[in-house]
Amino acid sequence: MIQTAAMAAASLPAAETRSGLIDCNIHLGPHPHRMLPEIDNDFLAARGVDEAWAGSFEALLHRDLAQVNARLARRCAAVPRLRPAGSVNPALPAWEDDLKRCADQHGMRILRLHPNHHGYTLADAPFTRVLEAATEQKMLVQIVAQLEDPRTQTPLMQLPPVDLKPLASIMKPRPEARVMVLNANASMINTALRGCPGTWVDIAMVEGVGGVENLLDLWPPDKLCFGSHAPFFYWESAALKLQESVLGEAALQAVRRGNAAAQLQA
Amino acid sequence: MRIWDLHCHLSGVAGLTPEERLGSLLRYADRVGIERLCVYMGMKWVQDPTPDDLTRQNDDVLRALAKHSDRAFGFVYLSARHVERSLAELERCVARGPMVGVKLWVAKRCNDPQIDPIIQRAAELKAVIFQHTWFKTNGNYAGESTPDDLVELARRFPRVPIICGHTGGSWEQGIRAIRDQKNLYADLAGSDPTWGITEMAVRELGAGRVIYGSDSGGRSFASQLAKVHGAQVSEADKEKIFCHNLRSLMLPILKAKGIQA
Repeated sequence: MIQTAAMAAASLPAAETRSGLIDCNIHLGPHPHRMLPEIDNDFLAARGVDEAWAGSFEALLHRDLAQVNARLARRCAAVPRLRPAGSVNPALPAWEDDLKRCADQHGMRILRLHPNHHGYTLADAPFTRVLEAATEQKMLVQIVAQLEDPRTQTPLMQLPPVDLKPLASIMKPRPEARVMVLNANASMINTALRGCPGTWVDIAMVEGVGGVENLLDLWPPDKLCFGSHAPFFYWESAALKLQESVLGEAALQAVRRGNAAAQLQA
Repeated sequence: MRIWDLHCHLSGVAGLTPEERLGSLLRYADRVGIERLCVYMGMKWVQDPTPDDLTRQNDDVLRALAKHSDRAFGFVYLSARHVERSLAELERCVARGPMVGVKLWVAKRCNDPQIDPIIQRAAELKAVIFQHTWFKTNGNYAGESTPDDLVELARRFPRVPIICGHTGGSWEQGIRAIRDQKNLYADLAGSDPTWGITEMAVRELGAGRVIYGSDSGGRSFASQLAKVHGAQVSEADKEKIFCHNLRSLMLPILKAKGIQA
């Protein structure tokens, strides 16, 4: 009987590829120290991704973010399944203009922040100013908590994860603000982000056996979104997490699409 | 496609007993198509185990195996800091018991020749030998081996296959380190599913030296399976990585024990 189960397990498909998916967490462009595959329409279509929210790896280190965002907008315009997530660096002079161009010139609905690469914390005043300015523009703010395990980072660019603890006290007096934290692990989500209003997270770095279903023991299913962190991560990692964890149909649909879609309808 | 998982633990998964925890692991493994699990170390991890710790850790695995022997293989947890007890555990758990492999972790770096009697006896028993390794940017534990340390060990036993656990974590370094030491195999487990690990391993080592593992329950099966399912390598190479290479290493001891798999 158990042997039969083993053989049955071995005959399962690698990962389901049904359509209707929104991937909230991809990056385009050259990575600073690794050659990664390009995400294009064929990549997304083959995986059943209807829409992918794309930031730019260039935003990590470039200072001319106006050009970075313009390039990102052009690339996404050429691939219907891509939606651009522009970036600003509040440590740079006149970052407000970058934000305005994202909203007004490029029609971006999502702003992606890299606090650890740009050298500020969530407790610093510039973060609050960006959050308020983006909220005024009715933009969703994505905060990248980390890009890579500190143990494997290149020695010349060692960056600890973003400290997410200040976020709750910043969000509470700002009920209109919407934040999605990308690449948080389960420990960060269940401690620093627990009860944080107006805050969503993605599954890209939620680890452990049955990690997604375990996370939902404590985290509300209407605050969880599909994010792959491709192409830095193999896209299949996130897809297989939804196969390894058993979610109810309503929760599964919410994670695959509904929760993300609702952010852009608001 | 058959999938055998080289690298599983009884920690990080629900269950009050070893057999319950292995049962939990298997329930998740079934959802993602994994046929067999290799399991090592006990309910509570000990980085620098005493001799009695080693015995307790291995007792946990023996208990779990007794319930799930047709889905799981056991590796005996040993330490080069306690050679005498380690050799006794090898006899108890492998020579006279059901286990088929050896797990060496972080108590002592493996380039120290003190480990040699363990490797020698494990090889005589045809046990699969697994040594944890990392190249941590932020620093290894004092007793934690790097792939460079493992190369030193492998040079002393050039005919003995040894698996380089985690491929050093920082896999661009780990693959380079072990490339020319042909008796070393790359374990893909236990690092983030960063794109390119499998492609580089296949390119530099050949698909025959690359083995899938997860490091569950601390890791999801999903993220680690993705390193192979999502890799731009041939289906034939994926079959080797997922099952054939590990099974080939294991067949001599399985045959010796009369285990069919």
